[in-house]
Amino acid sequence: MSTATTAAGPAVRVRGLVKRYGHPVTGHLAVDGLDLDVERGECFALLGPNGAGKTTTVEVLEGHRSRTAGEVQVLGEDPATAGLDWRARTGIVLQSATDAADLSVQEVVRHFAVYHADPRDPDEVVEAVGLTGQRRTRVRALSGGQRRRLDVALGILGRPELLFLDEPTTGFDPEARRQFHDLVRALRADGTTVLLTTHYLDEAAQLADRVGVVARGRLLEVAPPDHLGGRASLGAVVSWTEDGRPREEVTAAPTALVRSLLERPGLLVDGEVPGLQVRRPTLEDAYLALLDSAGAAADETTDTPAPAPTPRRSR
Amino acid sequence: MSSTSTTGTTPGGVPAAGRAPARRRPSTARLALARVRLELLTSSRERDAVVFVFAYPVLMMVIFGAVFGDQELPDGTPFARYFLAGIAATAIVLTSFQNLAVTIAREREDGTLKRLRGMPVPVSAYVLGKVGAVLVSSLAQMVLLLAVARLAYDVPLPADAEHWLRFAWVFALGTVAGCVLGIAASALPRSGASANAVITPLVLVLQFVSGVFFVYGSLPEWMRSVAELFPLKWMAQGMRAAFLPESAVAAEPGGSWELGTGALVLAAWALVGLVVCLRTFRWSRRDV
Repeated sequence: MSTATTAAGPAVRVRGLVKRYGHPVTGHLAVDGLDLDVERGECFALLGPNGAGKTTTVEVLEGHRSRTAGEVQVLGEDPATAGLDWRARTGIVLQSATDAADLSVQEVVRHFAVYHADPRDPDEVVEAVGLTGQRRTRVRALSGGQRRRLDVALGILGRPELLFLDEPTTGFDPEARRQFHDLVRALRADGTTVLLTTHYLDEAAQLADRVGVVARGRLLEVAPPDHLGGRASLGAVVSWTEDGRPREEVTAAPTALVRSLLERPGLLVDGEVPGLQVRRPTLEDAYLALLDSAGAAADETTDTPAPAPTPRRSR
Repeated sequence: MSSTSTTGTTPGGVPAAGRAPARRRPSTARLALARVRLELLTSSRERDAVVFVFAYPVLMMVIFGAVFGDQELPDGTPFARYFLAGIAATAIVLTSFQNLAVTIAREREDGTLKRLRGMPVPVSAYVLGKVGAVLVSSLAQMVLLLAVARLAYDVPLPADAEHWLRFAWVFALGTVAGCVLGIAASALPRSGASANAVITPLVLVLQFVSGVFFVYGSLPEWMRSVAELFPLKWMAQGMRAAFLPESAVAAEPGGSWELGTGALVLAAWALVGLVVCLRTFRWSRRDV
């Protein structure tokens, strides 16, 4: 099914990416030696706290931002020098655009279709992002979630091989987010490589083949969502109430633990263990644990000069 | 690039991503035409743009007609006829320079330019789209203004080819200079919101010193020497050469229409604007 096997090599290859804003020595270091590989046809999610360098990294990959140092190849070309043919192969979904406010959805999508050699059918794209009901609505009058879906429509019109989605579902209601996830899965099934940044860990868990955690401008770990931070081998957390107090135990054998609880004298109330919960570590648990340990690691090396606290100008 | 079927829809409802490598990207000319269409459609829905382009010049004509309706130059030329030239020149400056400086500053902020930068669209198609849309709306504006002047204020239109030719080159050169300078000036305001605050006073002061609101010859000499540095004075004078009878040349400070100098000054500004555009135009506000 994949059509994105057009050339050898990964869709994205980054080695030692450095981006410093402002002054070349004392300026704010947003990205600090980041390495990244995104394979063709996969959906890759970049996770990380605000200010970790996700958006800066994506903007460098999109060709929207210059870099201070490092090697970047996107679809086999350097985004800093790539031309319009390369642009035609990438799709960008903007994070906060408010343009084209006075045009209707249909007018905007039909206009942008003209830019491409072999565009998707504009009406089908409007249908795919669920805006058929709003096709004659002025863009100004769309809700936040509808507006972002229009951005997605414009990003996929040209049948891009690689689609950049930078925090695409911020401000979506749960229903809109679910529809959006279906759309991304469909694109992915169609062979489109997707590079996603998001704050929503459930979104990354559902959509991504692999996730990468960025903190302080570096990639801490890359893994499939269910393996991040050794999650698959981590134990489950069993919690219950005993003597009126909450109890909690981490175990590799939760079933055995629950069975032992059943046999504990005086614990059961009406045959039930009070407040019983068995929880597998979520992606969020693994993610937060990773950030915690990274924070600790960074604190241990505070003898290196800290970057000057310049206000961030990206985003 | 592997070619697959370009039709059909995946189960998820997304039209398939098959690619047809033989198809070429659309030409810059085709993209520019599409941009002209979109720009015109957009500005027809923006109240500011419609007001600036169509209502303001006609309103000026109405006010000047009401205030100076019974006055005339020493040679007998009515003031309504004299001021039509200045209003026409002002209209061109508003539609080209002010309109582009303000809208591009806004487009730099609202994501229009950032989006285009991520598309397979050359900057030239964007710029040609702007210039084309300005030419179309300026022409429509001139037709409206001249019609109002002719029908409501009895201002005679140029009678011969020579005078129409003067109108044509002043219009064309003024519009092109206004466009490139407007694109260049769009980088000046720090934000889209401040664009109007920066650009509007600039244009207003030029109108005062360039003989739009007053008979140019009646202005103090120092003011005229300031005005001579900028295009509006030369556009207004060129328009006077197109609309006024030859006897009115006596009211010009130098006793001449100075068409050669005017053409040179406008061409020089157009060239300077073009160079500044080429060197400084950026898709994004700040790329550091």
